Amino acid sequence: MNASEKVGPQTLPSLQEKVERIIAEARRQGASDCEVSVSAGQGLSTTVRQREVETVEFNRDQGFGITVFVGQRKGSASTSAVEEDAIRETVAAALAIARHASEDECAGLAAPELMARELPDLDLYHPWDIEPEAAIELALRCEAAAFDHDPRIRNADGTSLSSYLGCRVYGNSHGFVGGYASSRHSLSCVMIAEDGGQMQRDYWYDASRIGSALTDGAVIGRRAAERAVNRLGARAVPTCEVPVLFSPELATGLFNHFLAAIAGGNLYRKASFLEGALGQRLFPDWLTLDERPHIPRALGSSAFDGDGLATYAKPFIKDGELVSYVLGTYSGRKLGLPSTANAGGVHNLFVTHGNEDQAALLRRMGRGLLVTELMGQGLNLVTGDYSRGAGGYWVENGEIQFPVQEVTIAGNLRDMFRQILAIGSDLETRGTIRTGSVLIERMTVAGR
Amino acid sequence: MNDLLLPVSERLLAPGGLSIEQLPRLLGELAGPGIDAADLYFQSLVSESWILEDGIVKEGSFHLDQGVGVRAQSGEKTGFAYSNAIDETALAAACRAARSIARSGQQGRVQAFSAPQVRHLYAHANPLDVLERSAKVELLKRIDRATRALDPRIQQVTVSLAGVWDQVLIAASDGSLGADIRPLVRFNVSVIVEQNGRRERGSHGGGGRTDYRFFLEQLNEHEDRAMGYAREALRQALVNLEAIAAPAGTLPVVLGPGWSGVLLHEAVGHGLEGDFNRKGSSAYSGRIGEQVASPLCTIVDDGTLAKRRGSLSLDDEGTPTQCTTLIENGVLKGYMQDKLNARLMGVASTGNGRRESYAHLTLPRMTNTYMLAGQSEPEEIIRSVKRGLFCASLGGGQVDITSGKFVFSTSEAYLIEDGRITAPVKGATLIGNGPEVMNQVSMVGNDLALDSGVGTCGKDGQSVPVGVGQPTLKIDAITVGGTGN
Repeated sequence: MNASEKVGPQTLPSLQEKVERIIAEARRQGASDCEVSVSAGQGLSTTVRQREVETVEFNRDQGFGITVFVGQRKGSASTSAVEEDAIRETVAAALAIARHASEDECAGLAAPELMARELPDLDLYHPWDIEPEAAIELALRCEAAAFDHDPRIRNADGTSLSSYLGCRVYGNSHGFVGGYASSRHSLSCVMIAEDGGQMQRDYWYDASRIGSALTDGAVIGRRAAERAVNRLGARAVPTCEVPVLFSPELATGLFNHFLAAIAGGNLYRKASFLEGALGQRLFPDWLTLDERPHIPRALGSSAFDGDGLATYAKPFIKDGELVSYVLGTYSGRKLGLPSTANAGGVHNLFVTHGNEDQAALLRRMGRGLLVTELMGQGLNLVTGDYSRGAGGYWVENGEIQFPVQEVTIAGNLRDMFRQILAIGSDLETRGTIRTGSVLIERMTVAGR
Repeated sequence: MNDLLLPVSERLLAPGGLSIEQLPRLLGELAGPGIDAADLYFQSLVSESWILEDGIVKEGSFHLDQGVGVRAQSGEKTGFAYSNAIDETALAAACRAARSIARSGQQGRVQAFSAPQVRHLYAHANPLDVLERSAKVELLKRIDRATRALDPRIQQVTVSLAGVWDQVLIAASDGSLGADIRPLVRFNVSVIVEQNGRRERGSHGGGGRTDYRFFLEQLNEHEDRAMGYAREALRQALVNLEAIAAPAGTLPVVLGPGWSGVLLHEAVGHGLEGDFNRKGSSAYSGRIGEQVASPLCTIVDDGTLAKRRGSLSLDDEGTPTQCTTLIENGVLKGYMQDKLNARLMGVASTGNGRRESYAHLTLPRMTNTYMLAGQSEPEEIIRSVKRGLFCASLGGGQVDITSGKFVFSTSEAYLIEDGRITAPVKGATLIGNGPEVMNQVSMVGNDLALDSGVGTCGKDGQSVPVGVGQPTLKIDAITVGGTGN
């Protein structure tokens, strides 16, 4: 693929032109309003295993989605097809659906004056000129470090290096058009340790907008190997009620559940245990959850939301109290509240943390379970009831004793949020939620 | 000759100026020196969904996706590229990228095409077209009204209707040439009820490789299948309103028939997929011929069931699907294979090569996986339990195939006390080790049932529709993750 074909900022004008053409086509076919999102992407992904190349994948995607309004009726359509006929057919399909949908008083674009006006450059695009051979080399070095780390690492489940460039332009018939180019690169390693007839797998990875900023492959490989080896000899513990410490990469999940529970779509459907909880103290009073959407190069950054509204920094939880829901234009109207510019989700969430590292939190916990693995989707968002498969380490006197598997942890999210005792300084930085380890006062651990 | 080749090639190849006659040359360029196997996968898919909530049909969406995936294999190496455009230029570029993995080796060779007729497991007409849009909208509204009339405790009803019409054409250097047209429809109802300030949800649905008229078939003189789903969703929600905390600890568990086959999908199925066993990364690796489950267990993967959600007339590599015995009377008999893993393990493909779309690599995947019926009466199984759990319906599951650990969560479950089903309990996750749990199966019912057609399986980020099934069965001991005593 030569440089002139590369997806990047230079692609934006053609995507913007396509957005405008599709909006014009929708108007021509009778839409009273519409919004259009056009995207293009390209990527390279290579996987090695057992010191050999396993796959080399080249991705090249493009497509668009449109939502049309006919008065208060709405219809959507999308396609990956490139031909002009396909564009016309897709617009026509959206309109045909809109004409059969019901009148919905809350349907429609956000008011024109609410559209984002200035779109700061968030520095999200950092192409990585890496040829397949070099990508393979990096992956092989990462895996080799894992094999070299411990003789009990006897098998592997794949080490992958992926590099992706994407472009997206959103526009609507209220005059907003905005777009950006972005990149995402990642290196992940999954290793298998064997000893005493037991096999255990574990992984490690890094992800970044900037390829050269990825953690050194040897470090990732060793970490994956160490985690897999440490799991050897894992066993269940007797059923008990104990404190639980979630490692940072899993603690992000707890806050994702929280964001889902205050998402407008779940609230107006009465499908969340936090319906009507605005103003309530849900977390300890030292805890604040902030959205910061404009951080340069961050993986969750965006200048505008899925409705074209300017994103802005704000807390959802302030001093333990729920001060804002997560709302888009539609869910806001359903609840009689203004949009919080979160159509499509939350852009970078920061969780208050203390200055204790994980070792200090283990000492604070004394006796309990450090959770480093969760399985299944055992969450009932309507009631907050939480029950998931877990693995990790048994802790006595503040120190890790042995690896644990085949247990479950259960509780209710409302109790779990209130019972957060501390959040560590060992921050997870690879995703869109930044948190340290989370210590919860008490959960039911079910085992032997 | 496969009778679908002509209509499918008309739709997929002709618009871009291509024809089946050109494919051997393209494959020849792809399967050049150093390439053991190569294939082209052309696809065109239209899908739609309609959603009702708050008593109005709020959303509908339509999706049109098309493209071609190009794969070249050299030993264990796979090169892969795809394009949305289906024409000679795009295809040539994708072929160049895919074959870049080959360095040296013997001269590639393309076998002459053979496209045997395969039995058709489903109809070929576009399932989206059998009802007018107004009739789809009216169906959703009718189910909403009728459901709300059933119980005053209903707070929210969500009804959805979805359909897919998928056309594929597969050409491979081993001479496989195949075409398939695959319909898939689904109907779902979710209900939220409230009583004394407590809220619960229930949901149910079904579908298969058929068209929307399936949902209008009368179940009895009072209602059609769509309304049957709604009634079941409401029943589950009302049961859950009364649920107490599930127990925590290791207990005997009885799983009801049908969708509970999620257990087999997780505890057994994934671990028997060829790729994991070629790599030696599965808890079942190298164990063919060994006793890996109780002698009461015979488990198959069957892609040949007419109109089932997990069925395929031929898989995504052009291999006709089959019924593969995985475990017979507790003894491990075989794995599920695609061509790559079959070739590397020196066996034949079992027709389990599947991919989410042209933009994804083929993997060995399940179709419809189920356990054959046993001898016990379901009532007798319940009676045999002094204190345990009865799981009538499950949510999703997950497995770590290397350690064998798997989980599934209950969506409708009850305590069993002194051989009788008593109080409903809240949803809980159950966890066990596949081979250990399957050895704990001590009774198998005579009431085999397949699920209603809602299963979606995820692997390596790819989703494909699957079926599961089982008779009522008893596991002597498994860990139940509740919060109660």
